[in-house]
Amino acid sequence: MALLELKGISKRFGGLQALARVNLEVEEGMIASLIGPNGAGKTTLFNTLTGLYQPDEGEIRFQNRSLIGVKPDKITSAGISRTFQNIRLFGHMTVLENVLVGMHSRLATGLWDILLSSQVFQSRERQARRRAGALIELAGLKGRENEWAHRLSYGDQRRLEIARALAAEPKLLLLDEPTAGMNTSEARSLMTLFRELIGPYVRAILLIEHNMRVVMGISHRVHVLDYGEKIAEGEPDEVRRDPRVIEAYLGQGTWAEHVKS
Amino acid sequence: MNRSAATLGLLSYIALSSSIAFIFPHSVLAFLLFEFSLLLLCYMPVHSNLKIAAGGLVLLVLLPILGFINGYYLEIAVQIGIYVALALGLNIVVGFVGLLNLGFVAFYAIGAYLWAIFGSPQANHFIAGGIFPLAPYWFFVFLVLSIVLGAATGVLLGLPVLRLRGDYLAVVTLGFAEVVRALVNNLDKPINLTNGPKGITPIEKPPLFFAPLLEWFGIHATQAKLYPLYFYFLVLLIVFVIIVVARRLENSRIGRAWKAIREDEVAAAAMGIPVVRMKLFGFAVGASFASAVGVLFAAKQVFINPESFTFMESIGVLAMVILGGMGSIPGAILGATGVTILNLQLLKALSLWLNGLRQSGAVLSIPFFGSYSLSQLPAQFEPAKYERMVFGLILILMMIFRPQGILPPREERKK
Repeated sequence: MALLELKGISKRFGGLQALARVNLEVEEGMIASLIGPNGAGKTTLFNTLTGLYQPDEGEIRFQNRSLIGVKPDKITSAGISRTFQNIRLFGHMTVLENVLVGMHSRLATGLWDILLSSQVFQSRERQARRRAGALIELAGLKGRENEWAHRLSYGDQRRLEIARALAAEPKLLLLDEPTAGMNTSEARSLMTLFRELIGPYVRAILLIEHNMRVVMGISHRVHVLDYGEKIAEGEPDEVRRDPRVIEAYLGQGTWAEHVKS
Repeated sequence: MNRSAATLGLLSYIALSSSIAFIFPHSVLAFLLFEFSLLLLCYMPVHSNLKIAAGGLVLLVLLPILGFINGYYLEIAVQIGIYVALALGLNIVVGFVGLLNLGFVAFYAIGAYLWAIFGSPQANHFIAGGIFPLAPYWFFVFLVLSIVLGAATGVLLGLPVLRLRGDYLAVVTLGFAEVVRALVNNLDKPINLTNGPKGITPIEKPPLFFAPLLEWFGIHATQAKLYPLYFYFLVLLIVFVIIVVARRLENSRIGRAWKAIREDEVAAAAMGIPVVRMKLFGFAVGASFASAVGVLFAAKQVFINPESFTFMESIGVLAMVILGGMGSIPGAILGATGVTILNLQLLKALSLWLNGLRQSGAVLSIPFFGSYSLSQLPAQFEPAKYERMVFGLILILMMIFRPQGILPPREERKK
């Protein structure tokens, strides 16, 4: 049974059909990629999935539960968390605090425990800090816990976003262009990290990515969007050879014909 | 070595400044030197136990004794305490949650009027039986009630307006404060709830439940001497509780959620934070602080009217939070203390001094321009009118040279 199931999702912004009847499934244990040219609707799909947008039609089922009309924070507590394409860290909070914020839905300390600084509060807080420390280490940011997030380099900020998303203990992790702006070796180390995440940290990853080396290297399944429509789906090699995909990326014409042949 | 030198310096400063203040109990300057010892205390590299002990000595022993000699000092200390509480409340809304609130004084007014109406004969106008004013011990019940009522009005205001952001929210909160002021100004008809612009008096003070104990110890003090001290300790206690609550909230998942909302609302929601509920809670906590000190303010003043809760008051508290450093608890405390001292002592002293010069007919001589007798100064330039201007100048200079405030929140120091 699929962990995540999208059936006929459509989203329209005025005259723009951002998503048109998209079907998509993510199986447990799988890294799935979502590719497509700029403006194809990939991030819109993420925003719809995480409750920031409501789809005009269609059904989203996560672990066989409908997510239509569920608030973003409830979706996170249900087990989906994400990173953002344009990094959205909490700039004037420390690295540690950023990760701790990610734990919000897992840290059920009551108001009275907080006000009285009770044993329960203190032990939960200690536990949370320990776990946050481990996640920061996993993201390769050990020793920088007390720096403000906006001071980190671009690549480190991307890593911190991943650690923050993992802090919510997601079953499904959504990564929006995690290797954007990284060089080859940085991207490769992140790929290794993603593979290691499946199992101990998350059950599946859905990834938006432009770096084809990453996509082809780690995906079990690739979905291709173009103008809001899903034009192809399959294993990396199948998708790479699909004429519709090549057309979407390179366009039609003599030059494209030349590349295809 | 360094630490022991600091300890010695600190203790001798406290000893020196307090003895100067004892010798000149009516000198503003001496009292300022004394107040400075508290600031020094916070930022000297001395052992934290010593800090607590010295702080306790200054706040619980030296200042009350000084205040017993010159009651004006206690008056200032109580004012400072009230503004510290207000600034800490507003700091939660503006500094932590990041919602600009220009009508914070409304909650203060609600607390003040709550006790004013029931702690005076006023309530007899609309509740039959002539049981008002309530007995003094009800003050404490109303202190608790005001926290609930403040939080409830905070939520009530928050529910419709929290979908607004930034400037739009600021305008609505400003309007809310004006509505509250207009209401208390006009609710003397058809049923006399607030006695309108004439205000309410006399308002009951909290009971002197410890008076028999003092008698037993052989201390005989008049009520006039006791009440300022009593209010001082009451305000100290309330501020202490508020600081503890604010700090604990700040360092919990709630405080982190607030700051996350301030930094990026969308990302906060995506991280599992119920944004609307957290904003409402922030509004409620801030409002409850203001409302609680409102009750105290009403009891202290004995008389309140709508004039005490103007827009300028809201702006004043906001200025304290911004000057001190938004989102920083020590900043809010320092900002409130600094601005209150500035307004009540420094600027007053300055204008008194200038007035004195004017009346004594001092002559200002400027080389090449001849001399100018200050007594010829037209009434429009009266020094008392500079107070606001000097305050405004300080605000402008701060925003140019240190826009983040005096004590902005810092990254945690590495351990």
